[in-house]
Amino acid sequence: MKEEIITSGRLNPLIDPVLNVWHWEIPAYLFLGGLSAGLLFFASLYTIMNKEKEYSTAVKIAPIIAPIAIALGLIALMLDLKHPLYSWQLYTTIRLESPMSWGAWTLMAVMPLSVAWVAIYLDQVFPKVDRRPNIILKVLFMVIRLKDEEDENGINWEYKYKWMRDLKNWIFKNRVTMAWILMPLAIILGVYTGILLSAFNARPLWNTSLLGPLFLVSGISTAAATIMWLTESKEERVLFSRIDLVMIIVELFFIVHLFMGFLASSEVQIEAAGLFLGGHFTAPFWGLVVVMGLIVPGILEALELKGFHVPVAVPAALILIGGAIFRIIMVEAGQITRWLY
Amino acid sequence: MRYGMAIDTKKCVGCSDCVVACQLENHVPVGYARDWIVEVTEGIYPNLALEIRSERCNHCDNTPCVRTCPTGASHIIEGGIVKVTHHECIGCGACIQSCPYDARYTHPEGYVDKCTFCDHRIKNGQDPACVSVCPTHCMYFGDLDDPNSEISRLVNTRRTKTLAPEAGTKPQIFYLI
Ligand code: SF4
Ligand code: SF4
Repeated sequence: MKEEIITSGRLNPLIDPVLNVWHWEIPAYLFLGGLSAGLLFFASLYTIMNKEKEYSTAVKIAPIIAPIAIALGLIALMLDLKHPLYSWQLYTTIRLESPMSWGAWTLMAVMPLSVAWVAIYLDQVFPKVDRRPNIILKVLFMVIRLKDEEDENGINWEYKYKWMRDLKNWIFKNRVTMAWILMPLAIILGVYTGILLSAFNARPLWNTSLLGPLFLVSGISTAAATIMWLTESKEERVLFSRIDLVMIIVELFFIVHLFMGFLASSEVQIEAAGLFLGGHFTAPFWGLVVVMGLIVPGILEALELKGFHVPVAVPAALILIGGAIFRIIMVEAGQITRWLY
Repeated sequence: MRYGMAIDTKKCVGCSDCVVACQLENHVPVGYARDWIVEVTEGIYPNLALEIRSERCNHCDNTPCVRTCPTGASHIIEGGIVKVTHHECIGCGACIQSCPYDARYTHPEGYVDKCTFCDHRIKNGQDPACVSVCPTHCMYFGDLDDPNSEISRLVNTRRTKTLAPEAGTKPQIFYLI
């Protein structure tokens, strides 16, 4: 028998009795980052493939979520910082060894690009605005102005200043180039959400290089589910539920590999895997993430593709909820796993 | 110059004087600790083995905490001492996550804090507070690069161990066993 205890009563807040430095903010940040990465990935992919017409939701509509999600993600990250007044220091250096650092820079690069992406399609997605100015419109008036023509659907609008219209046209002309820039950044962002955790050797559950690809695939899957949910075109819905199905299968495959890797590793990782194989997180992980968040929506999507009528919101919502729970569980459980006592 | 510590587990009685000395010397906020005592009991009564260790940041040679810090607030100074610059720290917690020994904590003011090997004392030729108050003299502080220092002699002639060496951090606190 061996018993190791701290007898001097170390009770550092957030550290003892088990590490709990990161709460909901980091999983939220990872989820929103992964979702935006997936949305921007599809938008740029289908622009490069010249499929903007066929898959217009993926290219023009769904990306609207990306800058909003990134902004919310950054807010979550700021809330997590315990010394937030100094957070500008993130942007005074680039430290490639620190995922937190290059991830923050990647977000900084993706954010304006995603705003620009949304801006060049906004007049196509919402060509008319309501006649009566409401709050949203009042805010928008800072950047738009109304054109004269009016019909029962509302009033046409355009960007307020000439340089905005010129910039918009210029970006629109060069959107394929922009897609080529955005796509690798989106992949980096998606991988980053996993690497952020796997860089911590001190937490055995996170310390596996599989987490990068696993989080990337999961992010792409949540994005595909979102597009599938938003689209009104049958063709697009079928494509994205096929993509999502493939992502689900790849994710399940990665999850099996994750545990095989843990069980074949050192004692601390075997213990980490134990949290999911009989331990504290067994039921939430296998029940909520794997069955409810992957297998059930996978079956529903397969049935729908076979021609059964399944409301698309159900599998899409399950994928999104499952993806969020997956990140919460990984962050919570990882902090419990440790090397000593 | 490479500062390190040797701690004799055969002499330590677990009185926690080092913990209190550190809290006083470094104005550690109430309820926090930069060093702590671990007691390890092995065996089945009445055949028991006991080991008592005073633990703190290991001022590792391969520092994951410095590597993962996004701002460079966590850094290494002369002699291999790992320190945090308070006004550069954003409190992201990355370094806390990356320390296998949980040696760091967030100060109530927001920045991350930890053992400094009392660098303000060793500058003046004094020992760290914990070492200087230990009533059993179980702790030795000094230059591991100097083969004639007391700590080098002890580390080279006694059987030693470090904590969780398999985590790859190359700790520079040696426990004499
Ligand atoms: S013990 Fe922890 S905080 Fe100290 S140097 Fe090593 S990894 Fe960093
Ligand atoms: S909490 Fe401070 S010292 Fe630690 S990694 Fe973040 S910025 Fe660096």
